[in-house]
Amino acid sequence: MTVSGPETPTRQHPLAELFEADAAPLIEDAADNHTVLTVDRGHLLEVLRRLKETPELDCDLLLDICAVDYEDRRPRFEVVYHLTSLDKGHRFRVKVPVEENDPVVPSAYGIWKAADWFEREAYDMMGIRFDGHPNLRRILCHEAFQGHALRKDYDPAQRWLFTDQETMTPSWTDEEGEDDGDHFEAQVLNLGPSHPATHGTLRTVMRLDGEVITRADAEIGYLHRCFEKMSETHGWNQVIPYTDRLNYCSSHLNGAGFALAVERMLGIEAPPRAQVVHVILSELSRLMDHAVCLGAVLVDLGALTNFWYFFQVREEIYGLLESCAGGRLTVSYARVGGLAHDVPADFSERVRYLLGYIPKFIDDVERLITTNKIFRDRTEGVGAISAEDALAWGWTGPCLRASGVPYDVRKAYPYFTYGEYDFEVPVATSGDCYARYLVRIEEMRQSLRIVRQAIDDLPSGPVITDDHHAALPPKEKVYSEMESLIWHFKLIYEGIKVPPGDAYAFVEGANGELGYYIVSDGGGKPYRVKVRPPCFAIYQAFPHILEGHLVPDAVAILGSLNIIAGELDR
Amino acid sequence: MKNVPTVNVDRPSQSIGERIYLVPVIKGLGVTLRHFLRNLFGQRDVATIQYPEVKRQYSERLRGRHILTTKEDGSLRCVACYMCETICPADCIHIEAEEDPEATVEWEKRPRVFEIDLLRCVFCGYCVDACPKQAIIMSREHEMAFETRDEAVVGIGELRQKGPIDKEDLGYRPYF
Repeated sequence: MTVSGPETPTRQHPLAELFEADAAPLIEDAADNHTVLTVDRGHLLEVLRRLKETPELDCDLLLDICAVDYEDRRPRFEVVYHLTSLDKGHRFRVKVPVEENDPVVPSAYGIWKAADWFEREAYDMMGIRFDGHPNLRRILCHEAFQGHALRKDYDPAQRWLFTDQETMTPSWTDEEGEDDGDHFEAQVLNLGPSHPATHGTLRTVMRLDGEVITRADAEIGYLHRCFEKMSETHGWNQVIPYTDRLNYCSSHLNGAGFALAVERMLGIEAPPRAQVVHVILSELSRLMDHAVCLGAVLVDLGALTNFWYFFQVREEIYGLLESCAGGRLTVSYARVGGLAHDVPADFSERVRYLLGYIPKFIDDVERLITTNKIFRDRTEGVGAISAEDALAWGWTGPCLRASGVPYDVRKAYPYFTYGEYDFEVPVATSGDCYARYLVRIEEMRQSLRIVRQAIDDLPSGPVITDDHHAALPPKEKVYSEMESLIWHFKLIYEGIKVPPGDAYAFVEGANGELGYYIVSDGGGKPYRVKVRPPCFAIYQAFPHILEGHLVPDAVAILGSLNIIAGELDR
Repeated sequence: MKNVPTVNVDRPSQSIGERIYLVPVIKGLGVTLRHFLRNLFGQRDVATIQYPEVKRQYSERLRGRHILTTKEDGSLRCVACYMCETICPADCIHIEAEEDPEATVEWEKRPRVFEIDLLRCVFCGYCVDACPKQAIIMSREHEMAFETRDEAVVGIGELRQKGPIDKEDLGYRPYF
């Protein structure tokens, strides 16, 4: 198994003059609208800094850092950075080849704080060490874990049994002069991993001075199920049921995003009908995700009624998803090239019914909450983050928009048929819990607006591509025609043959930009799948936001960030 | 990020009534009271389902426990081609093939062992999509409980269709 390396470009890239001659990276344009920069690690930080600071490049958002193990290639590893400029709209992929016997690259934490957890993850999974990282420890695996699970030579059948009660030691205990003597004795409080107010298995350790949090540290990984490793051992379409278990509150979004990523690599497109159905179900899933988030945060703050109103909405949407896909929570409805099968005959009717049904409940919740003084007092100014900080931490989605940055993948890089619909991006400026609530409420209304336009314009036709290199032929042909039966067998036994190469595709998930970085070696299985989960970037800022807040505020902040453990830990 | 139509949802200003807390509380009580009265006297659109006396009506696509369909003579339609075992994302299907002694043509296979570990199964329906003989379909049975892990591994005996196919509670099947 070999994946071909980058070819030497024949002519100088127009961007090359922006870099100093001796540090000039190898620049080429990739098919997925990314500019790929290959740089040696000695010049990495210089190139990254230039990407951020040169006005023509202006990369303010570090989206993802991951490592790829090209087992047969020398150097064996490649560390991949994904960057974007919100103003310029261009996207960069920076690749750093790393030798197996000296897997060290300088840390980008000093340039973008977003590098913090992404570098820890690359260290944990691939054993790449980031020189200068303030806290390079394992993040998804247990501290006593041996080896690096995503390396190709790591046997997934290995089992580790941890008998001792090793738990995370908070990062601050190593520090000298912790007790400055003036305060009461610092108390350490453990929130989670199993706690009614942590939705999902999240553990936060807080050092308290009275009731004020002075330091906090988060431990994640309790729900780590090796999504990426499993993807490498199964076919392209078999990954879709796994993606349902990433953000399980809006599972269709994940499957549609993964299918889109593979379709882009194959150079095919889903038929128009499938794209519109994707949009409708994605928007309803987003609405459902926001409903769960708001319902849950309001329960934590003592307002139980809203939870029931929102879950009534969610039940109805689950009913629709079940009638289309056959599953409620884990829908597995998307396929590479379209949808598993057509929507039921009464689909339009049911969607139109939902369009009339849902707004009543959003209005009720607004009437109960938006102007309620108790809620405003609990959330206004709590957990506020500025637009600069949010960008530095790599935030995207509703939480970033609550800080005033109108970045929405559906508008910035329209996919499916989003470009055809008229909708607005809700933004607030204060970036606190209340702003995040307001943004989510408005996004629910905007989602309904998109669904209304999409259902009025639902095209007829097939729902999956007729390219039998990618999609199973229709069943009646499999039963009756020899050629279709052969394609059917080949696709199931050998899988889809995705051309060798790599691509990063991204959609607007319920919590922000959900990206899939996919590497193919031309075989029937993915060579590497890296998810960029929006929660991961958001949650890494959480311990820092907590400082100076009260313990009850921690619950409000955690709820308003909408951390989904399935997506966070994968 | 140029020309993105945005709608600013920044904090609404508070009127005096809202500031003294009373008006929003009365408005909120109005909302809950409306729901209460509707549930009390309306009865028709109450969201609660009195499970298990009343059950939710699911669609014909619900992916529940599998059924191995049979031919008219009562033998399994399955030809042990291993397609479902190959496509299964959860690796929960185990098949062992044998030669069918009653076959009308030479060399026909049938499953000697066909086991599904229902605790591993993720009910994604890929086996149904993969089957070229419509030999495995799904029912709407979704309430499964087991006392031991071994009990959850079901074989041909438990999976085989019980009577005429239209008497089964049919769920996810191939659509065309």
